[in-house]
Amino acid sequence: MSRLRAHPAWMPAGIVVGLAAIMLVIAGCGSSNNNGGSSTEAQKSIGPGEGKLNIICWAGYCEDGTITKGVDWVSPFEQETGCQVNVKIGDTSDQMVDLMRTGQYDGVSASGNATARLVEGGDVAPVNTDLVPNYKTIFPDLKDQPYNTFDGVNYGIPHGRGANLLMWRTDKVSPSPTSWSIILDPNQAKKYSGHISVYDDPIYIADAAMYLKAHQPDLGITDPYELNDDQFNAAVDLLKKQHPYVGDYWSSYLKQINLFTSGDDQVGSTWQYQYFTLLADKVPVAAPGPDTGYVPTEGATGWSDTWMIAKNAKHPNCMYKWMNYVTSAPVQAQIMQWFGEAPAQSTACDPATVETADKALGLPPDPKFCDNYHAADPAFWKRVYFWKTPLADCGDDRGNSCKDYNDWVSAWTEIKG
Amino acid sequence: MGRRLADLFHGRTSLQVGGLLAGPMGWLVILYLGSLVVLLVASFWSVNAVSGELQKTFTTDNYHELLNQSVYKTVAFRTVRIAALATLTDALLAFPIAFYMAKIASPRVKGLLLVAILMPLWSFYLVKVYAWQTMLASGGVIDWALNPIGLNGPGYGSTAVWLVESYLWLPYMILPIYAGLERIPDSMLSASEDLGGKPWTTFRRVVLPLAFPAVVAGSIFTFSLTLGDYITPQLVSPDTQFIGNVIYSNHTNNLPLASAFAVVPIIVMVIYLGIARRLGAFEHL
Repeated sequence: MSRLRAHPAWMPAGIVVGLAAIMLVIAGCGSSNNNGGSSTEAQKSIGPGEGKLNIICWAGYCEDGTITKGVDWVSPFEQETGCQVNVKIGDTSDQMVDLMRTGQYDGVSASGNATARLVEGGDVAPVNTDLVPNYKTIFPDLKDQPYNTFDGVNYGIPHGRGANLLMWRTDKVSPSPTSWSIILDPNQAKKYSGHISVYDDPIYIADAAMYLKAHQPDLGITDPYELNDDQFNAAVDLLKKQHPYVGDYWSSYLKQINLFTSGDDQVGSTWQYQYFTLLADKVPVAAPGPDTGYVPTEGATGWSDTWMIAKNAKHPNCMYKWMNYVTSAPVQAQIMQWFGEAPAQSTACDPATVETADKALGLPPDPKFCDNYHAADPAFWKRVYFWKTPLADCGDDRGNSCKDYNDWVSAWTEIKG
Repeated sequence: MGRRLADLFHGRTSLQVGGLLAGPMGWLVILYLGSLVVLLVASFWSVNAVSGELQKTFTTDNYHELLNQSVYKTVAFRTVRIAALATLTDALLAFPIAFYMAKIASPRVKGLLLVAILMPLWSFYLVKVYAWQTMLASGGVIDWALNPIGLNGPGYGSTAVWLVESYLWLPYMILPIYAGLERIPDSMLSASEDLGGKPWTTFRRVVLPLAFPAVVAGSIFTFSLTLGDYITPQLVSPDTQFIGNVIYSNHTNNLPLASAFAVVPIIVMVIYLGIARRLGAFEHL
């Protein structure tokens, strides 16, 4: 040991040299994933596929037969294009934005509360719709919307739309509710204290705002995503009053399925995916049916999803091929019925296409599916408030007086207590 | 180049040692402490709500929000309370087991008990928490066992978190206490008895003071592991937030705020470790 102490002055020097070497190595690793500059221009042509595709999907959008045998539209795509698809399911828009920012994914089925953030954050590239032949026959009222087109530039291909569902256990909840009051009016929610299930995302504040729009017109709410101080505080207060009765803030659809199956959850907000999975598992659940237009009396919040391509996508050609494939009529006809949403592709509603899809999925023929889901009925969608990113700019004569998304996030933390 | 490098190091033992230490030191300083520094720095930044871009100008807004919004204090206290409760529960459960193993059990039984205690560590953390989720569900095993005597299970909530955390980290409490008790010579217990000490007096005045630093050492594990856990609360207490959950739900949209909140458990742990050091826990790790 004494030899080590001979030149103590050299020891720090050795450490510094070593550290410098390590830093160089780390810095070297860090710069290897730079894909050479940023492209703000859409792609001009589609080359041959890269053999691989990494995409982020909502549950039920990218089935490859592993969850339910025979329900599979990913494998035919792989065979057709040679692009091996790696699917990552996102539970919330926040998670999807997060995943896209890792730079590991080529594309995402983004809802309206993610699209603006992805575009602003420079995570996605414009989409050249000419390279997606199926874009032509997409329903016109889904094209060039504020959640998929920014400054006149298209940033994605519409996928489909739907309304968030009110779902309840028929053996525990009676009479059948027709209004969101059952979970948002404290006096009614009390009855199901501890068994109410609510989507765990700041965007749920819009559900309260939509409810208040119908029940407290004096607040003057026009758009549940553009709320000034008074309107926002009223919505937040309502959710704080709801909080004691909530049993479960769900962010994982699998968790919600478990809790509805066990009966811990008895009534709450959900997606069609959970509803149909539970029905298939013979759990006694129900949701507003065709007689009430599939939405409670106040209307509903909903989503209109868009396929977007990452700015530095490693497999852009495969992603373009996917965007065209996933919006083709036969595939859309399968997804819409499997998930339970209105398709973006108008030709998917052709009765023969619908029935072919039913056969592929093993479902009973349902040629009226598109009518039931109001696929071609723009008036119906006026009662569905599609998720979008709340901005300080109200988008009307109120100017910059609205609460922005950061306010929504911190309010959501506050609500959950 | 290689030769010149070799010449440089030749005969300079300290330089050689320094170079060798650079690896582990680099790990500790750059990756470990460095990331903590980045966290601290980020907590003084802000973020653009839409683009998620960090605005790297100094601001104390995040800390103001943490101090002014009561929800953050509520969440912090709730987390610390559950961590303290789980630690206390584990200490009470672990002590008799450790004592039996160290002082009473035959070598064979001792070996079996050690295996039994380490067994839960063989299975994956998530599996155990999901098992508890199923057991705690309404109509689950716990309800089924308690209903005949007119009771209900705790269901999901803070009580469930306390139960599961106590279960998860119990081995980390037993092992240090067992090691601590092993170190107390049997002759001391005999001496106390010879001097007229009743069993309870012997325990209180001889065993406990000698073993206490080991309990504190074990508590560092149970306390810090509970403090940082956010998956268990998510699974068995879907309606209450803990520090980890708030950080998790903010890290996408508001990394600076999440960073600022992440400083809270660091402060709690620094205080805790300071106390533990005074109580002599570090001689027992």
